[in-house]
Amino acid sequence: MNLKSIGIIYRKEFVDLIRDRRTLISMVLVPVLVMPLLILGMGYLTTSSVKKARSETPRIMLLGGEDSPRIMEVLRAREDVRWVPASPDFTNQISDKSLRAALEIPEGFDAALEAGEPASVRIYQHQGEMKSGFASRTLETVLREYRENVVTERLEARSVPRSVLEPFSIRRENVAAAAQVTGQILGGLLPYMVILLCMTGGMYPAMDLTAGEKERGTMETLLCSPVSRTSLVLGKFLMVLTAAVTTAVLSLGSLAVAFFIGTTASGGILKQAEGGGGLPLAVDPASVLGVFVMILPIAFFLAAAELALSLFARSFKEAQTYLTPLLFAVILPAVASMTPGIELNWKLAWVPVLNTSLASKEIMSGNWPWEFIVPIFLTNSLYAILALWAAVRLFHRESVIMRG
Amino acid sequence: MIRAEHLVKVYPDRKRGPVRAVDGVSFRCEPGRIFGLLGVNGAGKTTTLRMLATILKPSSGTAVVAGHDILREPEAVRSSVGFLSTSTALYGRLTAQELVEYFGKLHGMDRVTLRRRVDELFGLLEMDAFRKRRCDKLSTGMKQKTSIARTLVHDPPVMIFDEPTIGLDVLTARTIVSFIRDCRNRGKTVIFSTHVMSEVEKLCDTISIIHEGRIRAEGDLEALRARFGEQSMEDIFVRAVEAVPAAS
Repeated sequence: MNLKSIGIIYRKEFVDLIRDRRTLISMVLVPVLVMPLLILGMGYLTTSSVKKARSETPRIMLLGGEDSPRIMEVLRAREDVRWVPASPDFTNQISDKSLRAALEIPEGFDAALEAGEPASVRIYQHQGEMKSGFASRTLETVLREYRENVVTERLEARSVPRSVLEPFSIRRENVAAAAQVTGQILGGLLPYMVILLCMTGGMYPAMDLTAGEKERGTMETLLCSPVSRTSLVLGKFLMVLTAAVTTAVLSLGSLAVAFFIGTTASGGILKQAEGGGGLPLAVDPASVLGVFVMILPIAFFLAAAELALSLFARSFKEAQTYLTPLLFAVILPAVASMTPGIELNWKLAWVPVLNTSLASKEIMSGNWPWEFIVPIFLTNSLYAILALWAAVRLFHRESVIMRG
Repeated sequence: MIRAEHLVKVYPDRKRGPVRAVDGVSFRCEPGRIFGLLGVNGAGKTTTLRMLATILKPSSGTAVVAGHDILREPEAVRSSVGFLSTSTALYGRLTAQELVEYFGKLHGMDRVTLRRRVDELFGLLEMDAFRKRRCDKLSTGMKQKTSIARTLVHDPPVMIFDEPTIGLDVLTARTIVSFIRDCRNRGKTVIFSTHVMSEVEKLCDTISIIHEGRIRAEGDLEALRARFGEQSMEDIFVRAVEAVPAAS
């Protein structure tokens, strides 16, 4: 192993890769432009379609109620609803979205209320359809208000105070710092995204520098040089690691900008998506730094694993086939870490990717479980070294390196 | 100088079992001479040359190249060898100059020496017009010149050519042939493999006929003519490969 040779190989691979349009697209263009545009675009589309749906005056059909003038008067007084006369094919009309909902008032509804007997009304809606959902909610609001009025009237008639129905009230108060709240929300997402981006960022260079070289016939040219195979693989590995970390950093940087724009500009697209803007947003820099430090050995491990797997392949296409299962193997534990109820424990602390995601979730929430953090960091570092060792060993095997 | 001693290369094969691609090959190549390895496709030429260039490890036997043992000092061997074959392609996204400089650096050359050597080679091979052009934009002839410059950048005493003219047009092939001759005139040890009989007749001082991994005959052209009683290289070759191989 020779540091000077590793440096020469690294610099050449760097120049070679940045001249490749495909690398630039996957490493720079996609993270910097496409992802934020996608997120902002999706946020914008969601907000505008919700806004449009809310602003619509829904067409709602009234079924029955001819003998219940009291409730009919209340309903017809609403100006935010366009009432449609009854028609037997109302279910079809709701299904084909020409009608948003239908309200069925049973026969003798007013009389039942007068007599204090139980009565029920029925709302017909298109489950899962946003505009139908809004129409149903409007109906529920109207009916709930009417029911409250009936209850108040009944209590007054019996000279019972309204407070009898509500002997005490409940209030929720947030005591967590803003950074902790943000951490809890981002805790699962941030490490998942960084790990995934490291994986995808290193994929193309790993394939290009190994299987790609075999396919293009440059591997044999390189093997003619007096540089040791260990130095060759380390130079290539450093390039894959650089690409992985660069992709992750660029993606997160641009996502942070997109997040900032989303929560401040144009009415706060993302804020609205979180439910009206009551969210206190703040990020603790120490936590973010902690997460990055935790992810470094995983990035190292993934870069080495990608390089080792790609080395087996004869061609770029074959390398893609080998790396796809690895992508799933990374996505699954990362997604599992976001599942509610899965907490960090000694068994999960040994599972690569999942251990980092869970520990990062804790760190982002403001907890620093050192009894897990240190062993996880060391375990992942060991996995990384083993993966790199495997890549170096494979590079020494002529059945692998000359395969093709 | 190259001295190959009982080189054997066995490949595992699922269907056929172990395949002896090279089976006890021994020969000597002297400086200032061209040693030709003549054989059909699959005869064991490329495997032999790859073992000499330390790209492959022999299953048994060894060789000494420019005073270095291929098993004990593979890196020193590679420093002393220029290896050119059709499977040693160029990095398409590097310019011709960058590529040659890259291999010079890998051979441990310092910046000043490397720059001087690159200028000298580019002048010699008339490559100045395309030195800043990316290799994937070069014509076949330009690519061959760049490959030659790559093999010569560290001025190795031993040159190994594995079917260097295969697939090339007549003019480019002539450039290569004249380059091989030039290497001999500069006192380098040259070994080259081919299945083109006319190239062997024109170029080689010593001819070794290899078939099914074994050397079937060796000597200069006159000696081979006398041994097999044939005049043309093609007839000599056919007689040599049809003969029962001598025990190695």
